[in-house]
Amino acid sequence: MKRIKLHLENFVHEVKKKYILFLMVLPVLIYFFIFAYIPMPGAYIAFVDYNIGKGIFGSAFVGLKNFEFLFRTGDLLRITKNTILYNLVFLILGNAFQIIFAVMISEVGNKWFKKISQSIILLPYFISMVIVGFFSYNLFNYDYGFINTILAGLGFPKHEFYSDQGIWKYIIVFFKIWSGTGYGMIIYLASIAGIEQDIYEAASLDGASPMQKIRYITFPMLKPTMILLILFGLGGILKGSFDLFYNLIGTNSVLYPQTDVIDTFVFRSLVGQFNFSQGAAVGFYQSVFGLVLVLTVNAIVKKIEPDSALF
Amino acid sequence: MEKKKNAGRSEKIMKICFYIIITIFALSCLFPFLLMVTSSFMSEKEIVSEGYKLIPDTVSLSAYKFLFRNFTNLFNAYRVTIFIAVTGTVFGLFFMSMAGYVLCRKDFRYRNQISFFIYFTTLFSGGLIPTYMLYVNGLGLKDSIWSMVLPSLMSPWSIFLMKNFMKSIPDSLYESANIDGANDFRIYWQIYMPLAKASLATIGLFQILGYWNEWYNAMLYIQTPAKFPLQYFLQRIVSQANIQLLIQQGLTINTGDLPSESIKMATAVIATGPIVLLYPFVQKYFVSGLTIGAVKG
Repeated sequence: MKRIKLHLENFVHEVKKKYILFLMVLPVLIYFFIFAYIPMPGAYIAFVDYNIGKGIFGSAFVGLKNFEFLFRTGDLLRITKNTILYNLVFLILGNAFQIIFAVMISEVGNKWFKKISQSIILLPYFISMVIVGFFSYNLFNYDYGFINTILAGLGFPKHEFYSDQGIWKYIIVFFKIWSGTGYGMIIYLASIAGIEQDIYEAASLDGASPMQKIRYITFPMLKPTMILLILFGLGGILKGSFDLFYNLIGTNSVLYPQTDVIDTFVFRSLVGQFNFSQGAAVGFYQSVFGLVLVLTVNAIVKKIEPDSALF
Repeated sequence: MEKKKNAGRSEKIMKICFYIIITIFALSCLFPFLLMVTSSFMSEKEIVSEGYKLIPDTVSLSAYKFLFRNFTNLFNAYRVTIFIAVTGTVFGLFFMSMAGYVLCRKDFRYRNQISFFIYFTTLFSGGLIPTYMLYVNGLGLKDSIWSMVLPSLMSPWSIFLMKNFMKSIPDSLYESANIDGANDFRIYWQIYMPLAKASLATIGLFQILGYWNEWYNAMLYIQTPAKFPLQYFLQRIVSQANIQLLIQQGLTINTGDLPSESIKMATAVIATGPIVLLYPFVQKYFVSGLTIGAVKG
């Protein structure tokens, strides 16, 4: 009791002395309190049978029934599997592309070419996924799409992309790589720029070929950056890319078995079906597992590279 | 001797391959943009009979003419986007830079607790549905323009970036101003802010870009078409074949006669144009932000 009182006195004293600093940080505190902390207890809706009239905390408590239902219908398993698989492919293929292009751009001599190609490859990163949806319409639309124009021109029958379940996973991955390569490439280029030139010169004197220099100097030097990026990527493996999936697939339910991920499922339960409790159950599951993943990843990073750990 | 010559040749071949591969990839990055632009200049007749093409047989301005004549709704969407971008960026930068200043002050005792309070929000969140209920039921922001400004007003990432920038400003500046009797707000406003211009530009550009590309919150909260921001307006046009959105209320146009396929692409061109045109000038700020933000230390 006494200690709490002491703390409180200290706090009041500090506030009095530095009230301007407190006032300056106040908007941020209020903002995060309202928009991030207040919704947290709202996750309780995942454990009730939500009734609009009674509100979240007035509705009947049903324990894990919402989770059970999702598990039994197979929805939870399917969207978890899709989310993890897509994110793994995004992560591995994405990093491979980013590293390869960073190395290639750092190797070409022409400064002008370097600059222009780097700018062009980064450009898609700044475009909203809505525009990517337009691109996809422009390319794959059955009646007028560019690919079908070419197919028809060559005498092949048109392809109905928007009802072809098999092909969208490739299109989704393509657009993810398309929009993300530039961003990752910049990061890898920055870490290539940090490699000491002396090492390359010494290797040249010893008769190393350019390929050998890439293989034995550049790649090993990029490894720490790559491991960090992949590890942190693994921490976020249950979320993300809603805008990509939604703008490419939208409400085309024919394609859901292959393309439904956790975020799109939660979104639909809110907007289409008004099934708040089930959507929130999935959201809660995502948050909790996400937290566990981040903590695990951070513990691993702390072991191998303490300086890069998040906390 | 022979070996060295060989090595020189293999190096050359390797570099040529690199040039070719990079060029192909860069072109594939540009290709969708080009196709969108050329599609917007196609005549409806050609699109309907042959489909979108990279090099159309005839160039038609009918889509742009239509947009020019029916610019009210598109212009309105532009106005909404500019409003949320300016408000969100100005207030966001102001609040976040103040917090950054406070958090970098070593004599501020609660800075670690506050940092953790902010940081924790990136680790755990209530999720979409409780957030939605807060906005709609708790704050009554359904169909309010603020429901698009507030969600991305501040981000932990930008606050910490701001704090790190401010940390690099020498303490001696603070001390001498303090001795001269300036209070903390004045020191922040008159000394730290001018020195933090580059970081303000970087974070500000990320804010503007985020708001420019905003469609998600509009989809969740906005119902009145007059309040649609640009990207959501576009999305409605393509996903629901909603050319009518472009036409002002009260006007009757037979949508069957419209060059609707080229109009879709022309609208996207007009919405993307500013970003692509400004991109070369602001690129370096983005790049510096990306490299600082991504690799710690």
